[in-house]
Amino acid sequence: MKRLFAALLLACLLAPAAQALTVQQVTQATVPIDVLPFRNDAERARFRHLTGQLRCMVCQDESLLASNADFARQLRGQIFAMMQQGQSDKEIKAWLVARYSTFILYDPPLQASTIALWFGTPAILLIGGLVVAVLLRRRTRPADTITEDPGEDW
Amino acid sequence: MNESAGKPVARLVPLIAFAALVAFFVVGLVWNQTHDARFVPSPLINKPAPAFNLPRLENPTQLVSKANLLGQPYLLNVFASWCFACAEEHPTLMAYRDRFGIPLIGYDYKDAPADARGWLQKHGDPYHEVITDQSGETALDFGIYGAPETYLIDAQGIIRYKHIGPLTPAVIAKDIEPRIRELKQAGA
Amino acid sequence: MNPELGQLALILALILSALQCLLPIIGAWRNNKPLMETAPSLAIGQFVFIAMAYGILTWAFWTNDFSVAYVAQNSNLALPWFYKLAAVWGAHEGSLLLWMLILNLWTVALVVLGGKLPRAFFARVIGVLGFVAFGFILYMVATSNPFGRILPAPANGADLNPVLQDPGLTFHPPLLYMGYVGFSVAFAFAIAALLGGELKATWVRWSRPWTNAAWAFLTIGIVAGSAWAYYELGWGGWWFWDPVENASFMPWLIGTALIHAQAITDKRGGLRAWTLLLSIFGFAFSLLGTFLVRSGLLTSVHAFAFAPKRGVFMLVYLAVVIGGSLALYALRAPRVTGGKSFALASRETMMLIGNLMLTVACAMVLLGTLYPLVGEALNIGRISVGPPYFGPLFLLLMTPLVLALPFGPLSRWGKADLKVWRRALVRIVALAAAAGIIGFIIGVRSWYGLLGVTAATWVMTGVALFAIKRWREAPRGKRYPFEMLGMMLAHFGIGVFIAGAILTRSLSVEQDVSMRPGAGTVVGAYTFNFKGVSEVRGPNYRAQQGTMLITRHGKPVVTLYPQKRTYPGGQVQTEAAIQAGIFRDLYVSLGDPVGDNAWSLRVYDKPFVRWIWGGGALMMLGGFVVMADKRFRLKHAIEPETVPARPDPVPRAKLAEGGA
Repeated sequence: MKRLFAALLLACLLAPAAQALTVQQVTQATVPIDVLPFRNDAERARFRHLTGQLRCMVCQDESLLASNADFARQLRGQIFAMMQQGQSDKEIKAWLVARYSTFILYDPPLQASTIALWFGTPAILLIGGLVVAVLLRRRTRPADTITEDPGEDW
Repeated sequence: MNESAGKPVARLVPLIAFAALVAFFVVGLVWNQTHDARFVPSPLINKPAPAFNLPRLENPTQLVSKANLLGQPYLLNVFASWCFACAEEHPTLMAYRDRFGIPLIGYDYKDAPADARGWLQKHGDPYHEVITDQSGETALDFGIYGAPETYLIDAQGIIRYKHIGPLTPAVIAKDIEPRIRELKQAGA
Repeated sequence: MNPELGQLALILALILSALQCLLPIIGAWRNNKPLMETAPSLAIGQFVFIAMAYGILTWAFWTNDFSVAYVAQNSNLALPWFYKLAAVWGAHEGSLLLWMLILNLWTVALVVLGGKLPRAFFARVIGVLGFVAFGFILYMVATSNPFGRILPAPANGADLNPVLQDPGLTFHPPLLYMGYVGFSVAFAFAIAALLGGELKATWVRWSRPWTNAAWAFLTIGIVAGSAWAYYELGWGGWWFWDPVENASFMPWLIGTALIHAQAITDKRGGLRAWTLLLSIFGFAFSLLGTFLVRSGLLTSVHAFAFAPKRGVFMLVYLAVVIGGSLALYALRAPRVTGGKSFALASRETMMLIGNLMLTVACAMVLLGTLYPLVGEALNIGRISVGPPYFGPLFLLLMTPLVLALPFGPLSRWGKADLKVWRRALVRIVALAAAAGIIGFIIGVRSWYGLLGVTAATWVMTGVALFAIKRWREAPRGKRYPFEMLGMMLAHFGIGVFIAGAILTRSLSVEQDVSMRPGAGTVVGAYTFNFKGVSEVRGPNYRAQQGTMLITRHGKPVVTLYPQKRTYPGGQVQTEAAIQAGIFRDLYVSLGDPVGDNAWSLRVYDKPFVRWIWGGGALMMLGGFVVMADKRFRLKHAIEPETVPARPDPVPRAKLAEGGA
């Protein structure tokens, strides 16, 4: 079964439709084009931004925006409809998370399990900054005590 | 940056960090052996199943709702005629149909009813009842994203378990039958 | 040609690589000249056999020998000849063979060009490269033999994955591997220095041109991959923060830090331990990238097949090579703080800040790439980390770097020159602000776009001011040595890249439309007129081809022919049609028929998108130009700088003192 689902993942990207196991019409290498009646460019931009931040559950290496899986197409339609009903991005995301878990969000919300993710980088920066600061303290001298090296003028 | 590496301990830091990384990869490889990255646990476990009202495959004018199925636990098996892995799962369902001890409801997902009927005729019908979701709209509420998927829903209509991918005798013995027993005891 | 010969060649190369690792290193250790002198011939011998294996596999593709399983899986009678050659590295086994071939090319280049290096040091370098090669060939022979047969041979092969049938693929992997593997040279220099206990940091100067070359190749490899994704994946994006992209980006970040750290060590003698560490990490991240991609540990767009056994082998290899190197580092890295002191507002400080930000950025990418595994391993739920995490954090981390960038070259080594800073700062701020205002006037409205214009001008002005300063101050003929010219090109390239990346994002106009033949749609200043769809035939596919006439103010600009190709295996592949221009791309993708003779189409007007790759190309050029500097030319054989096996009983200086 493991092998089977590995094959499925592969199928998402490149397989002939005949090999697609659980997904309808997997033709991943084609462009997903939905002709949705946006009211204006701002709404189109908002839609692109939002769907670009969501992960396709079927072809997990792609965003809902980029995926041509049937699932992604359906969810794009759903999200468009919810936008038309006046729902905010936050509400739409909450609706999706209730059904598919936070896995669908490309920016995981800050919670116990993601503390290290979100604070890891600042922590590393802090430590690195401290090391550099110590180094600078130890190694820098006032300008007049430094001898010029004519050979290395730049 | 590492000029402070004058102290022997500081010079061990990269090695230690790297060792931690490798240990972590080992865990990752082991996890990969026992799990499938495609399966994402459902957030609906231990929450009420969404309300639905779907036509029967046999007779599309009759609708089956969530309320109709309350009162005893049942398995809801998502399948489709276009789904290759469902064909792989199918013999298992045929074999276990009567051994589950609870109804096995088929959920025909994004499928033309005629195709589904033909598929069941060809392979055999393991289901006590089949409902159809041609548009896949109700499937959104269930968080279905592929097929096959199987839900175990209790008498009160609460989702107790979800399996993604084909059911196998091993999965049934390990994850499904104990839960069915539990539900039956609780009900009795 | 018999494929089994290829396998034999691999095994012979394996044996030679083992010898190449052992003999020269033992020779250097025992100070045994004849053993040391085996290094060049062993390296060349290994190259000959790897090249032979590679040639045999290529021949199998060329002659459609489908009895070779790898050929049967990745080629097809109808595949055009150039894709047959590229298909050699179109999947796992062949790409490993390419990796090996490139490692051998680097080694042979070193044999040819490094003849003047001290013999013991040279022997160690070649020995380390032999060790790297040994592990890799063993990996191939044990888990990924490209010469396996299938019997009976099929009449025709499957096909090369259509996603890969693109000129971009022809260049992307070889260039990327030139970069990845090229870092093995800097790595080998560092390990050789650690093994030999080099007291001085002269080895850093010897390794600098190699590091620059590897970095330049990696840069252009990433650029080629990004351009390929833009053309072939068909949704107009050029970078997705996908795990596989991250895997190539991490060594790039470390490599960028490394070429700067090397400059400090070379010229000022400082940061020796740090340069050693970065040399190890540059290659470590290259191997890590290969491991992540090949082990199936991460889900990715590039979805390579899972192969647990391969993953384990690769991990062991990684642990031995990098773990061993870091252990060696812990034991032997220089203890003494070396190098000249410097003032706070000196070039050293600027470069330290740059190094810090680049390394932290690499750590951030590593954390985000691996974090989903943390969630899985600790069983705290599946987590996705994607562009909304990487993008903003990267932008934040790069901001101080971009701000500091002009002041690195403008500062002096060691000394502070605040007057120069002040004067430059005033001009840079003025010009950047002016650019922002001009940008606003010509239609850049988002804060993001204005930020891009300002930042790009900031960087480019810095480079221009530096060029002017040199012109005024340096004597004629010595104004712009190649090393400096390369730096200027690369820094200017960063400015171009920033402009491209940010302006594309903020100015692009795109529409998904359904059009009937004869219909038109307005995108920005352009009108896209759809003429219909016809059937065409390619060498190994059928395609539906749309015709789109693009006009501006009623005058025709270009006609584009986007295709939707169907390959013999049934795979469908979109081929976007792009009118490439310096200031904008016009881009059309063909979707599906939506009934009533209408088709869905995606049309874009993407201003400045070429600048992204143009900036990358400038950076690459900079890397290569640096190599040409006189500084790196070894004029005569260098005296050994290692600790002599038996030190002189009385140093000469002491004798002189005693005499006085």
